[in-house]
Amino acid sequence: MKGRQAWLGPAMLLPAVLYIVALVGVPFILAFFYAVGDVKVGSVGYHFVGLRNFRSIFANPAFLRALRNSFLFTISSQVLVLAGSLTLALALKEKFPGRGIVRFVILLPWVAPISIGSIGWKWILDSLYSVINWVLVALHLVKPFAAPMWLGEPGLAMMSVIAVHVWRILPFSTVIILAGLTSIPKDIPEAAAVDGAGFFRTLFQITLPMLRPILNVAMLFGVIFAVTDMTVIYILTRGGPYDTTQVLPSLAFFSGILGGDLAEGAAISLFLVPLLAVVAYLMLRVARRAEVT
Amino acid sequence: MAVVETRELTKVFKEGELGAVNRVNLESREGEFLVLLGPSGSGKTTLLRMIAGLEVPTSGEVWIGGVNVTPFAPRERRIAMVFQSYALYPHLSVFDNIAFPLRAQGVKKELRRPKVEWASSLLGIGSLLARKPRELSGGERQRVALARAIVREPTLFLLDEPLSNLDAKLRASAREELQQFHGRVGTTTLYVTHDQVEAMAMGDRIVVMNQGQVRQVGAPTEVYDDPADTFVATFLGSPPMNLLESPDVIVGFRPEHLHPADQRVEGPRVPVRFRIKHTEYLGAERILYGVVEGGGFQSREAVVSRLSATVPAPYAPGSLYDFSVRERDLKFFDRGTGKRTAPRPLAGL
Repeated sequence: MKGRQAWLGPAMLLPAVLYIVALVGVPFILAFFYAVGDVKVGSVGYHFVGLRNFRSIFANPAFLRALRNSFLFTISSQVLVLAGSLTLALALKEKFPGRGIVRFVILLPWVAPISIGSIGWKWILDSLYSVINWVLVALHLVKPFAAPMWLGEPGLAMMSVIAVHVWRILPFSTVIILAGLTSIPKDIPEAAAVDGAGFFRTLFQITLPMLRPILNVAMLFGVIFAVTDMTVIYILTRGGPYDTTQVLPSLAFFSGILGGDLAEGAAISLFLVPLLAVVAYLMLRVARRAEVT
Repeated sequence: MAVVETRELTKVFKEGELGAVNRVNLESREGEFLVLLGPSGSGKTTLLRMIAGLEVPTSGEVWIGGVNVTPFAPRERRIAMVFQSYALYPHLSVFDNIAFPLRAQGVKKELRRPKVEWASSLLGIGSLLARKPRELSGGERQRVALARAIVREPTLFLLDEPLSNLDAKLRASAREELQQFHGRVGTTTLYVTHDQVEAMAMGDRIVVMNQGQVRQVGAPTEVYDDPADTFVATFLGSPPMNLLESPDVIVGFRPEHLHPADQRVEGPRVPVRFRIKHTEYLGAERILYGVVEGGGFQSREAVVSRLSATVPAPYAPGSLYDFSVRERDLKFFDRGTGKRTAPRPLAGL
């Protein structure tokens, strides 16, 4: 019995460990090797080149722009997602007729495959067939043929990409926060109401502080999704126009895979690892401290 | 200090169902400690929540201090409530918990501290102000909840089973403290409990509720000695009042009023033939379980006698004994409605 138990645990963990090692661990270590080597698609040798790749990407204006865009993309989408999902969660917590349907509809963007959703948005934001522009023209808010090019003008393209990303992440964050809200005992907001607190005082002095650990988890996931994801950008703009919506993952993909310079792609994609590790560590620590309380 | 009054107050949770609270008319007295007592599901907590403004009544009105507060939000009612769970704010220190109602009322910061100190010293928790609720024992939490309730000197206290989370020993001392505390601050208090001992010990008056309706309102001695109906008679007292049915009336008497016939008591008595089934010795008293035999009130259900342990009791299970009840200790109830009716002469039970 004892001998069998000693084997059972590791045996059941093994598939998961293999999966993570093969699909995450190996590529991750490989990326380190590539980033300090001179590997290109099709090349056979490997020469250690130290930090040359990192120096070269820093000299590249496209990289600096992608770095800036990554921060802009992450921070603005997170602010919007947090504000939006908090509002939604507070609304969905209340009982009203049709709440079940509304909850379902809000969850849809998360359930639908990203690529399908993004292709839908590509059509919605298309320069010729955009339904948004059609509505704006019909309402006489813009002139035909002078409608905004949602994906064609640098500023608008970035806004569109952020908006679609927010649309995609919002349900996930909403569900997490909704779960956090339901875990607050009903007595506590009621006590606050009797104690004389109005809606905003209860929200800012009672509900939000009690939600903090959950908000941290939602934000940690949100930041990581935003920093590491390129699906929306790849499908909507391919980093364009003129690389103005390029973020680090998409730039790494374009230069490393499509451009064939594996070493440079690896260097770009590894660039934010230290920063993300610190973010993850801090947030997990805050979450754990709050858990103990 | 204020008087609280409910007028035809009703709450129906699901349409077509009987009200959880059904047309309750209640009026407290100035500075009174009024206990709402009833089994779970009797509507006492719903009634309290409607008075607090946490539950919207289906119909009827709530008046506090001569003002109809029915349309008012909880925070406009100038009341304080202590919840069963205490509902302390877990992320705030004891000081900030107690200060919260003051902040919510816009009391200036420099005026808050003396008030918090006054409230916390009144409850003997002055040394705990820096702690978080999770670092407190059950009894300390309860005091913090009370301090938070009194700090802004409300016109009315609502307490929802505040002792039910304490262990039995602590509960007895907390009961006494609550009573003393009420004596000091003198605020009108509504206290919900399902524990008759708490109700009897603390209440100036007791409101006995069942199935959303008030069955009786009265001082502890009134509801115990003169129950308005069979529900009140059997809900109060442990063991409850014995009820014996005849074809036209129900007769009730308390276990402590069923004595051996040779015991000396004053006044006319009604004899009872009591066959003892088994006995329980509880130290200070002895509980005898049995049935009544002969007479017009032959009982199939157990009849209980409660004797002081100082009464010599050589009672053997299975034997028949002569017991008696004083006539004035017999209560008569209508068979149909269960309500009290006029006493009538009885030759025997």
